[in-house]
Amino acid sequence: MITRRFLMAFAAVLAFAVPAFADGKLKVVGTFSILTDFVANVGGDRVEVIGLVGPDGDAHVYQPSPADAQAVAGAAVIVVNGMGFEGWMDRLVEASGTKATLVTASDGVTPIAFGTPEHGQDHAEEEGHDHDQAKEEKGHVRYDHGTFDPHAWQSVPNVQIYVSNIAAALTKADPEGEAVYTENATAYLAELGALDTEIRAALVALPQDRRTIVTSHDAFGYFEATYGLSFVAPQGASTEAEASAKDVAALITQIKDANISAVFVESIVDPRLLDQIAAETGATVGGTLYSDALSAADGPAATYLAMMRHNLAQLTAALIN
Amino acid sequence: MSWLIDPFAEFVFMQRALLGCIAISLGATPVGVFLMLRRMSLTGDAMAHAILPGAAVGFLISGLSLGAMTIGGIVAGLLVAVLTGFVARVTSLREDASMAAFYLISLALGVLLVSLRGSNVDLMHVLFGTVLALNNDALILLCAITTLTLVTLALIFRPLVLECADPRFLRSVSGWSGPVHFIFLALVVVNLVAGFQALGTLMAVGIMILPAAAARFWSDSIGGMMLAAAITGLVASVGGLLASYHAGLPSGPAIILGAGIIYLLSLSFGPVGSLTARYWPRAHLSS
Repeated sequence: MITRRFLMAFAAVLAFAVPAFADGKLKVVGTFSILTDFVANVGGDRVEVIGLVGPDGDAHVYQPSPADAQAVAGAAVIVVNGMGFEGWMDRLVEASGTKATLVTASDGVTPIAFGTPEHGQDHAEEEGHDHDQAKEEKGHVRYDHGTFDPHAWQSVPNVQIYVSNIAAALTKADPEGEAVYTENATAYLAELGALDTEIRAALVALPQDRRTIVTSHDAFGYFEATYGLSFVAPQGASTEAEASAKDVAALITQIKDANISAVFVESIVDPRLLDQIAAETGATVGGTLYSDALSAADGPAATYLAMMRHNLAQLTAALIN
Repeated sequence: MSWLIDPFAEFVFMQRALLGCIAISLGATPVGVFLMLRRMSLTGDAMAHAILPGAAVGFLISGLSLGAMTIGGIVAGLLVAVLTGFVARVTSLREDASMAAFYLISLALGVLLVSLRGSNVDLMHVLFGTVLALNNDALILLCAITTLTLVTLALIFRPLVLECADPRFLRSVSGWSGPVHFIFLALVVVNLVAGFQALGTLMAVGIMILPAAAARFWSDSIGGMMLAAAITGLVASVGGLLASYHAGLPSGPAIILGAGIIYLLSLSFGPVGSLTARYWPRAHLSS
């Protein structure tokens, strides 16, 4: 009996879940902190943005909470990255019974396949993420990336596509706000254009033999493709799999042979293994890169623009010295 | 022989991994032997779960700090051990049921705290150490715990052996039974915390119990079993690291599976009480 009453109460909560327009604002759910930043920039005062995976959170291994299901149920628009990045999202959308429009922000981006020759070295062998199937592990329902690298926001031109998609979706859901959305999007696109120019200008000066960087998981494929740096990550030492001695040894040899001088940790990944690799090779740990999540509001990467500038400063500082 | 020596000669991280594994093999396996002799092998597993939340709380309070995670794990483990012993002695609930109850409470509490904190950095990944990433602090901790374990075992050796053989006798002739039991559980906890830094929880239990179980087939004496267990642990560690290096296997599971293979071989061919010794005694004698 208790169970039935509980279920009915739960169903009632879902049925009366927060309406799509609260305080006259359009309710939009973004799956992780970088996307919510884009939505907030385009939507301005007309939308209320709710992020599911918060700052410094790892969207690969996220476990949605009932509050998330409620937010999704009450949303008018849901913005996802797509390309298999938030594998848990499909189930959440289904379970919440939401009627929101689902927007894939990365629509129209040219995807980079994991393991293509121009995308780093050896990535084809065995991706750290095990990009094939969903599997349950350590209590997480874990959906892995598909064949394509989903971290498309690491290239600013891609983000310009994201922003256009988001602006179009918001306009469709809230036609009265069209002027505002267009104006905001245009302004933000201009800022992104400036950022793109800034990154290219900073990196063009780097000599050809100082363009390789070690990071903990493969999140920078698009940055690599767009801006001509080369990123290497310890195979299997990624956010989930355990490293093998062979992989670590191969990476150390590679760092020594190629004279790679910069090793970076990412905000969302356990830094201990990279610390050890850096200690053994004499490479300096260049600092923390933000790849898949923004920092908290008082951190160095509170917005997408700040994140990219922070990463750029860290990279150039380590590569120039 | 180069396949055996080169990995360790060439890479510092392999040397560190080896040193860490030697420390664990020497410290945890004798404890495992006593666990096995006292029919408490599964207690190790329960204790490992009891420790996990303590370490998680340590991580949440002060980040990736070895000290905080170690202290948290030891506090949680000792708390569960004390409460278990207390309940078993003053109420009618048996020790195994009491321990199961407390470790489950501890585990649930830990998971709850972790979820409330809300950061989604993959905590489990952070909590499960890897033997390939041992830094100086972790190595010092491992070696210190091994030293502490061996000294303590030497000090309480006689009462501990008596407690294994005939606990009622010990209880009737001396007041040492309670303290010895608790000191022993404390050793289990600190060794699991040490193994936890290097191999991860389940792996830590593995290196404690599997060599002990294998050693049972090699000797009738406690000293002989402890020696055989330590050797098993060392061989499994070196073998596992080499397999991880040459075949690209993850290091923790490779080491434990190495110990598992030695266990299966001992079970089949060991000189004492194994399948061969029991059912083909002649073949054994003639060889």
